[in-house]
Amino acid sequence: MSALLQNLVNQPYKHGFVTEIESDVAPKGLNEDIIRMISAKKNEPDWLLTFRLKAYEKWLSMTEPHWQNVKYPKIDFQDISYYSAPKPKKKLASMDEVDPELLRTFEKLGVPLHERAALAGVAVDVIFDSVSVATTFKEKLAEVGIIFCSISEAVQNYPELVQKYLGSVVPVGDNFYAALNSAVFTDGSFCYIPEGVKCPMDLSTYFRINTEGSGQFERTLIIAENGASVSYLEGCTAPRFDTNQLHAAVVELIALDNAEIKYSTVQNWYAGDEKGVGGIYNFVTKRGLAKGVNSRISWTQVETGSAITWKYPSCILRGENSVGEFYSVAVTNNYQQADTGTKMIHIGKNTRSTIVSKGISAGHSNSSYRGLVRIAPTAENARNYSQCDSMLIGDQCGANTFPYIQVYNNSAVVEHEASTSKIGEDQLFYFAQRGIGAEEAVSMIINGFCKEVFQQLPMEFAVEATKLLSFKLEGSVG
Amino acid sequence: MIDQNSKTLLEVRDLHANVSDVEILKGVDLTVRCGEIHAIMGLNGSGKSTFAKVLAGHPSYEVTAGSVLFDNQDLLSLEPEVRSRNGIFLAFQYPIEIPGVANSQFLRLAYNSNQLSRGKEELDPLEFDDFVREKMRLLEMNVDFLDRSVNEGFSGGEKKRNEILQMALLEPKLAILDETDSGLDIDALRIVASGVNKLTNKDNAIILVTHYQRLLDYIVPDYVHIMESGRIIKTSGKELAKELETHGYDWIKTSQLAQSV
Repeated sequence: MSALLQNLVNQPYKHGFVTEIESDVAPKGLNEDIIRMISAKKNEPDWLLTFRLKAYEKWLSMTEPHWQNVKYPKIDFQDISYYSAPKPKKKLASMDEVDPELLRTFEKLGVPLHERAALAGVAVDVIFDSVSVATTFKEKLAEVGIIFCSISEAVQNYPELVQKYLGSVVPVGDNFYAALNSAVFTDGSFCYIPEGVKCPMDLSTYFRINTEGSGQFERTLIIAENGASVSYLEGCTAPRFDTNQLHAAVVELIALDNAEIKYSTVQNWYAGDEKGVGGIYNFVTKRGLAKGVNSRISWTQVETGSAITWKYPSCILRGENSVGEFYSVAVTNNYQQADTGTKMIHIGKNTRSTIVSKGISAGHSNSSYRGLVRIAPTAENARNYSQCDSMLIGDQCGANTFPYIQVYNNSAVVEHEASTSKIGEDQLFYFAQRGIGAEEAVSMIINGFCKEVFQQLPMEFAVEATKLLSFKLEGSVG
Repeated sequence: MIDQNSKTLLEVRDLHANVSDVEILKGVDLTVRCGEIHAIMGLNGSGKSTFAKVLAGHPSYEVTAGSVLFDNQDLLSLEPEVRSRNGIFLAFQYPIEIPGVANSQFLRLAYNSNQLSRGKEELDPLEFDDFVREKMRLLEMNVDFLDRSVNEGFSGGEKKRNEILQMALLEPKLAILDETDSGLDIDALRIVASGVNKLTNKDNAIILVTHYQRLLDYIVPDYVHIMESGRIIKTSGKELAKELETHGYDWIKTSQLAQSV
């Protein structure tokens, strides 16, 4: 790599915002001035500033929730910097400069080569032509009228759409962390599928330029118009490191008549070391509104990272005959904690929902499923089926199931099944007796256990997720 | 088939083993040559299943004394998966269920693990499918078995047949069948026994652990051993099993007593 090229890629970001505030990083702490600064830096319209200030006001009146089954030291919200300019990270000039440990991980996970480079922070455009890949995608999407961009771009280019839907599913005062996000979010994704359009490819955050540095308060908004459908993939299986400990994202989905949104996540944020030091707190509010008749919202998540995962991707089934689905695998190892599940709110007639949750705990970790199924008085003939299975590896970990069922209509049929199993000596001995070692045995048992959820993932994602699980649980047996 | 000149496959000397600090095996001696079929009979709790598991290397059992040579190698120092690859097979009394894992997938992994360690060729899913179907005919098994999750929802008889199918795939030198006859109706017993008989040859050996004479009508042993309180207290030919069936286990004790007087 020539020195010239290196200098070129290491140049500071030139296209910053022109504002009277000099610093690129806001001072620590949160107050009205900081919010005004963020809004001004991003050149936002007045209604969005109002939105943020209203959220901040709500947030001030709220207290941090403590009902969840996780433990962590108190967060000092005045010790966080809520804004830093989206300048690119320092690029590495070649794969040789990347931490070999990270490369080993990529290798094990089978992450494609060009993705490895991008994830490790190597200047991809120098080595691979991935920018043109992204551009091709964009062009293809534009042909059918799909908008897929950062939410900051959307605020500038499609303000009326953003204004109409932002906060319509997760109101500014919904909960402590959603309020905080609404006040200070800096970036995220925006996706709009026009009437009757079936999105021709899975939309992946990976292919969205600008995906870097979307920050700790990410905001995502996806709208599927009448008869539209989209499959959206968030995250990737490679480990993601971040210096921000608290992540409080908000995701809103809106499906109109006959529309369908499938949202898949593989979350592999830094989980802390094997002693439980460090790691991300991932406190996320995800909610989909099945607004139109026959609409469908489907969440699939594979949660393997973060020191603490605390999220309940939910569906509000308002449209008649609308369908909500939640398929989840949550893996915790070492000292990780997860309290995750879903809420299915049945409002419309003949609404149906399915919940399949698989929790796997190893090491000293603790995993809880928490789910609410609510059948409103208006929801004639609503149906829900829930299945919550937990698997324990070793005898130092824990698993809990907290189902909440509220039925206000007699015509409803609600089913809940739960099971707990353990990978024990006898199972591993059975495999060993057939010549199969412990690592392979665990991987096979786990993948069998998660099969129903992995089947919901797009093919390549499913393959990666399978590897990721084995990787995560490596060394947890024996 | 007894042939005093054939090679010694297994040599167990004064084997003692504990589970949770309780001694179960109290000095077992047994020699098995290639081509032989041995039956180990005894009451519940006499130590026969423990003996089978100790040979296969179950981690719950601690060997406290004695030695086991298998194929002229010290068996006790080997991990259970290595013992399997070296040719020891245990047909389980209670095979475990593995939800979500297709039987074909499990069978292939087991087969390939063994092939790999023997320096032989691994089979891809298509090749394996042909191979396993042929073996299934031997046990009159329906091909549906391949797509079902391992042992999940299998009847007692189906589980046992699945065990013998694995034996057919892995072609062990020494197969230990732990109460393979329990829970089988007479038709299933006949099919399983005929499968086992087809798998025996002059280069391998079988140890049948059983309660009842019934199985031995179909798989005829060369030796019958009676186990009691963690020792083999009597060894004889196949006629011993018949006498047991007629007179019960108390008869052994009485006759032992008579001998020792």
